[in-house]
Amino acid sequence: MSFATDLMHNAMLFAFAVVAIAQVLSMVRLVIGPTIGDRILALDTMVVNAIGLIVLLGIVQGSRIYFEVTLIIAMLGFVSTVAYARFVLRGDIIE
Amino acid sequence: MSLEIIGTYAITVCLIIGTAFAMIGTIGLLKFNDPMVRLHAPTKVGTIGIGALLLASMIHSYVFSDGSMHELLIMAFLFVTSPISANFISKVNIHRRNCDVPPVPPQDEAWSTLDVPEDEVEVAPAK
Repeated sequence: MSFATDLMHNAMLFAFAVVAIAQVLSMVRLVIGPTIGDRILALDTMVVNAIGLIVLLGIVQGSRIYFEVTLIIAMLGFVSTVAYARFVLRGDIIE
Repeated sequence: MSLEIIGTYAITVCLIIGTAFAMIGTIGLLKFNDPMVRLHAPTKVGTIGIGALLLASMIHSYVFSDGSMHELLIMAFLFVTSPISANFISKVNIHRRNCDVPPVPPQDEAWSTLDVPEDEVEVAPAK
């Protein structure tokens, strides 16, 4: 029991560190990205990584509150990605 | 070996799979050298990476408390919306001509993705 629980806690710490590093790396692509498509993609990846971090926080705290937060951030990320791409494609969001 | 220990190991495996996909996708976003190629890697983060993390959350809630299936909702939403946003970003790449432009269509003047709105055509008729 204790070995498995220790392994799970270490995996959680590892997951937090690696997903945070992934967030920083996608921020690097957001800054250096030469085209607009790269910047939209980097913002989308940052939203997805933020969802991952919130899910990990919910696992660690054992709380069910973070479910709604994750769902709302997922919807917000999708709508903002589509709105940004639509603005580049058509010059307008709602025609 | 009780059910709780098996569940704990399953949580560990799911966490490591999800974390590995998140990291590999972001490294692909950073290291590939073409906008359309770069689109390929991070779309896997949204489906398999977050899917495995949400599976770990579901197993955790079933092992250590009375369980919940709410995470399936987030998983379904991400699985549906991830290809749509990838399609929109690739259309942006075609529209900005950051990749190979598709061949001329057989009957119309241009592809709708490459076309500009009509009021902008009147302002700039050179195109």
